[in-house]
Amino acid sequence: MSELASEPVAQREDVLGTATADAPVRGPAPDPAEPLLVVDDLRVRFVGRGRTVHAVNGLSYSLAPGRTLAIIGESGSGKSVAARALMGLLPSTARVSGSARFDGTELVGLSEREARRHRGADIAMVFQDPARSLNPTMRIGVQIAEAVRAHSDLDKAAAHRRAVELLAMVHLPAPQRRFHEYPHQLSGGMRQRVMIAIALAGEPRLLVADEATTALDVTTQAQIMELLLELQQRLGTAIVLISHDLGLAASYADDVVVMYAGQVVERARTADLFAHVRMPYTGALLGAIPRLEREPHSLLPVVPGQPPDLSALPGGCPFRPRCSSATDECAEGPPLREHEPGHWWACWHPLPDAPVKEGV
Amino acid sequence: MTTLEKGTAPVDGRRPGEELLSARDLVQEFPVRAAGGVRGGTVHALSGVSFDIRAGETLGVVGETGSGKSTLARSVIQAPPPRSGSVVFEGTDLTRLRRRALVRARREMQMVYQDPYGSLNPRWRVSELVEEPLRGYGVRDRGPRVAELLDMVGLDPSVYGRRRPHEMSGGQCQRVAIARAIALNPALVICDEAVSSLDVLIQSQVLNLFERLRRELGLSYLFISHDLALVKQVSDRVAVMHLGQLAEVGPAEALYRGPRHPYTAALLDSIPGLDARTGRPRRPAPLAGEPPSPLDPPSGCRFRTRCPRARERCAVEEPVLVERAPDHRVACHFPIEPGTPTGADAPADAAERTTP
Repeated sequence: MSELASEPVAQREDVLGTATADAPVRGPAPDPAEPLLVVDDLRVRFVGRGRTVHAVNGLSYSLAPGRTLAIIGESGSGKSVAARALMGLLPSTARVSGSARFDGTELVGLSEREARRHRGADIAMVFQDPARSLNPTMRIGVQIAEAVRAHSDLDKAAAHRRAVELLAMVHLPAPQRRFHEYPHQLSGGMRQRVMIAIALAGEPRLLVADEATTALDVTTQAQIMELLLELQQRLGTAIVLISHDLGLAASYADDVVVMYAGQVVERARTADLFAHVRMPYTGALLGAIPRLEREPHSLLPVVPGQPPDLSALPGGCPFRPRCSSATDECAEGPPLREHEPGHWWACWHPLPDAPVKEGV
Repeated sequence: MTTLEKGTAPVDGRRPGEELLSARDLVQEFPVRAAGGVRGGTVHALSGVSFDIRAGETLGVVGETGSGKSTLARSVIQAPPPRSGSVVFEGTDLTRLRRRALVRARREMQMVYQDPYGSLNPRWRVSELVEEPLRGYGVRDRGPRVAELLDMVGLDPSVYGRRRPHEMSGGQCQRVAIARAIALNPALVICDEAVSSLDVLIQSQVLNLFERLRRELGLSYLFISHDLALVKQVSDRVAVMHLGQLAEVGPAEALYRGPRHPYTAALLDSIPGLDARTGRPRRPAPLAGEPPSPLDPPSGCRFRTRCPRARERCAVEEPVLVERAPDHRVACHFPIEPGTPTGADAPADAAERTTP
């Protein structure tokens, strides 16, 4: 990490336009034949109080070991609900259908007991708020050791040693001493490192990061993402990165899924997606982000309206009421189809290739 | 769209470019209690911060969590007043005002906070919420003005006037908070992370509203956010805060294009995204180490423990803001020269570097 920081940060004048280090983020991991996770037409609805909220309406993707998939969407797009469905972490009002196979095992419909066997050991999750995910009355080392013992038959002393190792692995300075500290003695970034250490305790093959860096400062976010990638390369973990931040997806993911109102509206390799945005919703999201290269006081392109009510979804394209290219056709379909190799979108009026590339 | 009636226009008596607000040497400290209630130390939230806001201008403030951005805003409105320093607003030093005079002066400066639900009374209707500041300052004939204000922030008074906050989305609530803030024709609106909790598409709607109100009402903003791109979008000038001090202040475009302070450069280098020119992802370059504690800031330059350019001098001598380019001030002994890569003119002699 320190060598990265002191490395000459290339091309200063690019800040507005561009990159700090414009090497590709990393070589895409080789595509192994066997995906680790295959999600197929996953649907989640919440039933209660006389209404049904359709939170996830047909999510499909597959993820191979060592690769990173970003699921991007706004509040209420269903991105977190879908992840929690995999983990068996939804309340009893949730009705989950479809399929999610992890290394051949069907996760949908598992009993709580069976789900518990996978949680932590095969799939681990890191949440947005590390302060609330940690027990404030327990020393952090004890919390990590507890997670270690839950997933192995190590004795107390060995679990302690393993916890210190894990703290070192997530680059927490002075791990021996930090072991005995309480969460309130750590900064937000350090707490998130502890959460990652806990997540790694069971040596999971899939790590789900649900807005894991959203509450952190940009400098800390860069450190945590760097850590996740380093661990991924070392351990071959697959990562699902759930975020509202397209920029984060652009920098760190191999593949991107864009969700709106519980549906996948576009899906592609990261480079393909940003080079050829097809779905008007993705285009609107990109356009609405304040960017460094924009002039001060310029007006942002605006998408009118609000996301739809998930308990009264109209048929057809959910983005239709807010979309400037919508026509009557959009009231029917449009299905998510692979229109270009590896590039899927659900739109009758995809955007043409932009003449000028824009940054995120 | 309603425009302001003549005579109420806030630009009266102020020429654009004139200083509307001058803060000098603001110091704010908070005692911290350790276990058992004993004195545990002092948080140095602001340590000698000086800045100006000119009439009609937006000053953006960026910095990490705990850098003192919100304390700065609160010191300006005297809630609570700073421990020392002065805040001259429209010719009056607010730090010397007694309670009633201060309340009168605050009419001209309003705040918009991050959490729209938390800053609106959940039991009041929208029309009552917007009417409250008018009633508080004894404005007569409030009904038409409430309707005019709701119209200005893009909420139809006949539809939204009778709603309560929980019946609206976050973006709509933030519009109500903005209507309250501009109700009394303030000269200055302080936005403390005012759009940070909103989704991107709603955020852009509210940002455009701020921009339209600025143009129509001649407002000045103090716009605080942790999001650098967001701040650039709205600001004429930008101040970068680090641990209770200003690291760099300058024109937005110049500061982002050629940051002089290594901290500003590090912040910009941490933003993930796509390269605008090549369309390839850029890999953020993280800073090493943890932000130092405001309880015990490092000696000399407070950024030196994380700074790739730090040398011995940085540990002993506290840098002050020096004008390095027109209107562009930097507090660094070894600022980045424009046009050079950040690291290239850094001290080559590793032995000279201070050990954090």
